[in-house]
This record gives sequence, C-alpha cells and structure tokens, in this order.
Amino acid sequence: MGKANMENYFKQKQSKGDNLFVPYIMAGDGGLEVLKERVLFLQDCGVAAIEIGIPFSDPVADGPTIQAAGKRALENGTTLSGVLKALQAFKDERKVPIILMTYVNPVYRYGLASFAQDCAIAGVDGVIVPDIPIEEEKFIADELQSESLAFIRLAALTSTKDRLIEIAERSEGFLYAVAVTGTTGAREAYGDEVKAYLEMLKSNSSVPVLAGFGVSTPEQAQTLSSYCDGVIVGSTIVEFFHRGDTEKIQQLIQDTTHPAIIG
Amino acid sequence: MTTYTAPDKNGRYGNFGGRFVPELLMPALLELETVYEKAKLDPAFQESLDYYLKQYIGRETPLYFAEHLTQKLSGAQIYLKREDLNHTGAHKINNTIGQALLTKRMGKQKVVAETGAGQHGVATATVCALLDLDCIVFMGEEDIRRQKLNVFRMELLGAEVRSVSQGSGTLKDAVNEALRYWVNNVEDTHYILGSVVGPHPFPQIVRDLQSVIGKETKQQIVEQTGSLPDAVIACVGGGSNAMGMFYPFIEDNEVKLYGVEAGGAGIETKQHAATLSSGSIGILHGTMTHLLQDDHGQIEEAFSISAGLDYPGVGPEHSHLHALKRVSYTSITDEEALEAFQILSRTEGIIPALESAHAVAYALKLATKMDPKEKIVICLSGRGDKDVEQVKNTLEGK
Repeated sequence: MGKANMENYFKQKQSKGDNLFVPYIMAGDGGLEVLKERVLFLQDCGVAAIEIGIPFSDPVADGPTIQAAGKRALENGTTLSGVLKALQAFKDERKVPIILMTYVNPVYRYGLASFAQDCAIAGVDGVIVPDIPIEEEKFIADELQSESLAFIRLAALTSTKDRLIEIAERSEGFLYAVAVTGTTGAREAYGDEVKAYLEMLKSNSSVPVLAGFGVSTPEQAQTLSSYCDGVIVGSTIVEFFHRGDTEKIQQLIQDTTHPAIIG
Repeated sequence: MTTYTAPDKNGRYGNFGGRFVPELLMPALLELETVYEKAKLDPAFQESLDYYLKQYIGRETPLYFAEHLTQKLSGAQIYLKREDLNHTGAHKINNTIGQALLTKRMGKQKVVAETGAGQHGVATATVCALLDLDCIVFMGEEDIRRQKLNVFRMELLGAEVRSVSQGSGTLKDAVNEALRYWVNNVEDTHYILGSVVGPHPFPQIVRDLQSVIGKETKQQIVEQTGSLPDAVIACVGGGSNAMGMFYPFIEDNEVKLYGVEAGGAGIETKQHAATLSSGSIGILHGTMTHLLQDDHGQIEEAFSISAGLDYPGVGPEHSHLHALKRVSYTSITDEEALEAFQILSRTEGIIPALESAHAVAYALKLATKMDPKEKIVICLSGRGDKDVEQVKNTLEGK
C-alpha cells in the first residue's frame, strides 16, 4: 500500500501506453453508502487512481460544482472518520490507489498522527491538502512519511520557476499541476503557457505529472495529456455522478486513457 | 515580558499564524511581503501615508476624557480613543489607505475586499475612489440586509458590491468568496483584507497600519495625565482595532489589556462569536488560530448583534497574546452591548458602533471595580450611525 503501490500502479498503466486518468469524487455526495459502488465503478473503467474529497465548510480552492457537492455531503452528515471507516470496509476489493483530498482543518482536528495511521489502515495511498504550500508542509509531511503515504504536492501557473523546480523535486506519488489560475471548475481553453509549464514540470519531476482544475472535455484531457502524463478531472465527474450519468464518465475515461481509439 | 518580536519570518506568532493557502496564492503573498518590507523602510511611502492619515482621514483622533460617564460610574476615569471621528467613521480606513498605497506600489490596478458590517467595504471603496483603483467588495446577503445604507455608500463611491449567499451569508462567507476571487484574479488584483486575520503577511500589515491608534493613545494619555493608563479595552471580532491599540502597549506590563468578544445570546449558548473565550485551535482562511468549529473540524456560524464581530475566527496574534496571558479576553452579550450603546449616547452624546459598544459595556463593569485614581482607555473603534435603524428595531421588538 501507500506511495509504492501508487507509483507501481502508474507504471503498469503507462507501460501499456495509457494516459493516466484520475477522477475526483466527493465523499458522501449521494450518501456514504454509494462510495464503494462509485470507487469500484471507476476502478473498472480503468482509472489510474481515485481522488476522494472530504467535504469542508469553507472550501476556498473550489468552484461552484464542488462547493455544492461538499454542501450536500455535509448535509448527509459526512465526516472524515466516517469516510475512513467506509474505505476500510472494502479495502480488499480495491486495487486502484486511493488519494484523499482534504483541507487542513478537518485533518488537524482529527489529529495528524491518528489521521496518517487511520489512512494506512483504511488502505489510503496518498493525501492532497490544497491549503498546505511547501512553506507549511512540515506540519503534516513527517506523519504521512512515517506511514509511507504519498504527500502529493500542487504546482501552480503563478509559481516562480525556482518554486516549481523545488515542488517538482519534492513530489511523491504524482505531481498535481494546477493548469489554471483559479479555483476548480470547467474552463474553455488552455494556452501555450500551460504547455511550457507542464513540460517544464515534467522535466524536473521523477514521478508522473498530472494536470488538473478546469478539465471537462475529452479534447482538453487529450491535449493536456500530450504535454504531461495525464489528467485529474473533478467537477465534471462530480456533476455526472450527481446526475446519474455514469455512461458519460466511462466514455470520458476511455477517450482520455486511450486517445488512439477516437484519434 | 521580554522583547516582543512576533511574527517570525514564517509569519508565526508562537504556534499561531502561518500561510495555509493554495500554492496559487503563495507568489502573491511573497510579493506582498517583499513590497511591504521595502515600503516600511522607504521614507517616501511613510510620508505619503502620513499625508493621507492627516489631511484626508483627519488624524490624529482625539483621546477624550469621558467626564460624565466617569461621574456616573464613580470608578476609574474613562478615556475614549475617538476612532469614530476618522473619515468614513471607523478605524478601518487606517488599514485600507496603507494597503491601497501598497497596491499602487505593486503596480496592480484592481482591489477586492470582504466586508461584514460594511465599514471595511466603505473604507476600501473610499480609498479606491481616492487613488483611482477598481474595487469589488464581497458582502454576505444577511449583512447586506442588515446594512443597506453601507451598500449604497460603496456603490456611490464607485465600488461593485457582490452578494454572497453561501453559508450563513455573513463575514466568513464573504472572506471565502473574496479569497476565491483573488485565487482567480491574483495576477492583477490585490486583496485588501480588513482585519488582522488571514495568511501572513496580512495580520502583520494590518496590525502595523492600525498601530497608529495605540501610538497616538500612548502619547496623548501621557500628555494629558502624565502617566500610562491602567487598563486598555477594545472589542475583538477579527481584532484589528484591538491589535492596533494593544500593540504599542505590549511591553508595558503595568497596562492591563482587555479584548472583548461578542457574546451574542450568551457564551453558554451556541449563539455567539466568542472565539477565544470558548473556541478551539484550528486553521481557517490561511491561518492557525482559535475558531468556532465542531468535533469534525467544520467551521460553525458565529452570531452577534454586531455584523462587524460576527466572525468564527480571530487574528492569530490574539491567540498568541491569549496563550502568553498578556491580554485578557472576555465577552459581552448583545443585551449588554445594547445597553452600553444607549448609556454612552445619553451621557456623552456619542453614539458608538455596536462593535465598540461591546468595549464600552466591559468598561462599565470594570470601572466600578477600580480606584478613581486609575484610568481606563476604551478604543471607540467606530460611530454608530450605521446601527441606529437596527437598534431601533431591536428595542421596539421588531
């Protein structure tokens, strides 16, 4: 489990020539009871890993779609401890790496050491905390390290070159390249600066580089995947699940993972 | 107390503070820090700030001996630091003028801000009109309802007011939306944060800009009475008027400092905003500090009759001063604040902001326990014109 599991799983996918596709779902949206069903569905679709969002009352990095999903999840009574227990319960049915994406306060409240231990017990492989930049990562990195969990760093288009190199060099599991200057949610187009940025990260990172924020169509996913190793798709997946449109999810994953088929 | 040097280079006040923000904002925070450090050492910046503080805002503000209130209480002598007499009616403009000048130095043309009672929004819109900056203010829809006139004021001043319906539609939610707006527009926009909250360097910049309150007070009380006060009282929501008042007194151990939080319906209920008196440590809006939160780390809503104190967090330096026991934090209920609002109006002819009325209410309690030779300074952070309608409705039971 943990970091090594994730990195091996990515290698297997990439050895088949696949682009890596990482969907994001909001834990507890539609009730915690659908978590298992959704995770296993995505696993069967051939995703490289699944990012599971923990709802938070004040999600400042998220746009309207994920804010709304988080609100629904909180209204359903979703808690971090509840999500960890739910994940533990079907741990043996998963091969796909699981990454928790959570704002720092629920983790701090849970207790940093207990959080890392319980993640390991629940079969979580990595953690993303969008409100911890490298200056503050000591806060959590050591605890995650002691349980061999990948602490996934985020890079941004606004970061200076020196910062990007530092972030890329520290990266574990994969490097999350935020491909817009903004919050999560659908965008129309990506410019040339995104290409240069992703290629620069790629040349400085020993783990895969995945682009995220704003990806909503197969065309965007394919374009971005051609500059790096794959994509993370959040708001679009969240919205499709909310509407019960699982066929579209399957299609998006297929089209991105094996672009040659529709090429 | 030994020499007080907080924050450290990482923006920490003891265990509190820091920069818990998305990577996207880090370059802007680092730029702001660099620009601010240079500006502090640049005589031209200080000169320009001093010019506007004096000629535009009307500083220095008086330190007024409240003779009639003192007589009525027959306890300690009460002095009022009249921040209500600043242009726009509150201390908020001390900060916004400084940050608007920093915006210009960074070569940015746009400003975003949040507002609770509307005072910070008005103060921001005002300096943006003055310095020809584009201005967007996020305000919770509940606050818009409570403070309609301030919304119109901001619009008159050329600002765009955007209503925030998420959450409880109050200050916390307005900060979330302002932060999201900043995340999406960071390259050409500066965020003028209105209190000593948020990620470093905001708590430091706002404190430094507001500390003109404490510096003047210290000089004035010595000029008028020959010695320092025995107690200094200020209300605390995010805590900017309090930090500005307390900071110059921190190393004067003989001066007792009191921060007064909003007790709402009472801190034994869930309907309050008394973060330090009854909250717990967590991370919100980029800083580690005391918060109102549940067992799972979800932030809870704050409640107060005063929109300006209605925030479930508090500045990290207040958490630090609380841990050091240098400042005593206490709370005042809505009812006590309303009573103090009326008492000050009748005895001195000064209608305080409901926020400031919390500080007045605590002074009423404290003064009677003190010797008539002793002196209390209250930071009268704003005037109450904005609250008159709300107080009328409350008193009439509407």
